Amino acid sequence: MEQTISYTLDSTLETVDHAEESATRIATELGFPEDEVMQISMAVREGAVNAVLHGNAYAPDKKVILAFEHTQEDLVITIRDQGRGIDLGCIPNPLAPENLLKTSGRGIFLMRSFMDVVEIRPSQTGTEIKLIKHVHGPSGGGKEGSQ
Amino acid sequence: MSMKLSTRQVDGVTIVDCSGRITLGEGSVMMRDTVRDLLSKGNKKIVLNLGEVNYIDSSGIGELVSAFTTTKNQGGELKLLNLTKKVHDLLQITKLYTVFDVKDDEAAAVKAFK
Repeated sequence: MEQTISYTLDSTLETVDHAEESATRIATELGFPEDEVMQISMAVREGAVNAVLHGNAYAPDKKVILAFEHTQEDLVITIRDQGRGIDLGCIPNPLAPENLLKTSGRGIFLMRSFMDVVEIRPSQTGTEIKLIKHVHGPSGGGKEGSQ
Repeated sequence: MSMKLSTRQVDGVTIVDCSGRITLGEGSVMMRDTVRDLLSKGNKKIVLNLGEVNYIDSSGIGELVSAFTTTKNQGGELKLLNLTKKVHDLLQITKLYTVFDVKDDEAAAVKAFK
């Protein structure tokens, strides 16, 4: 049975916490094992941080749209902001030796580490991040289709 | 849920006992302020005891890196103590585990300072 839950949220730190808590609750209810619940909640938190900080830049007139869709195969989480879009080409590899001691720039890397599929679609009217965890998929390691 | 920090001295080393979450917002700010305050008062041998830290996000990881480099740049040393599995795994996948000096025994951590 498919089910979609959607939230429209302000560009605040509370939204980040709300997104994480919702992800934890929904992933738990869907029966994901504890380690995968943690991975999903962390990935969603990082996506929400990206939307609130880097996308909407805390702007009070801009919203974050968070949606959870559950199919038989997948949990699909979509996080959209209303910012100017991110330039994926400008995101340095946080594992490169010259970047290891940087204090930021690990959010997208962590999302890709924890989810089975990560799709990021930047545009002038905002960025959409789609995070997919297979219901019976490999935990953690194997990624496919990451952008 | 929120973060708590307390400091104590052991043989000239400052142990910062951390509990809760090191995440964007209050947790990260508390960590930054505490380390900067210690350094400003001349406490340059610092151990962050993360044994009770149950959650850390990318901002929290950034704060650990910032604490490490800030201390080092001021001629001090910062070590991490008692990593939980979650924090240990995060430092492994971000390749930071070997950057930090990580200890699992407080006495050994204190003794390891030059």
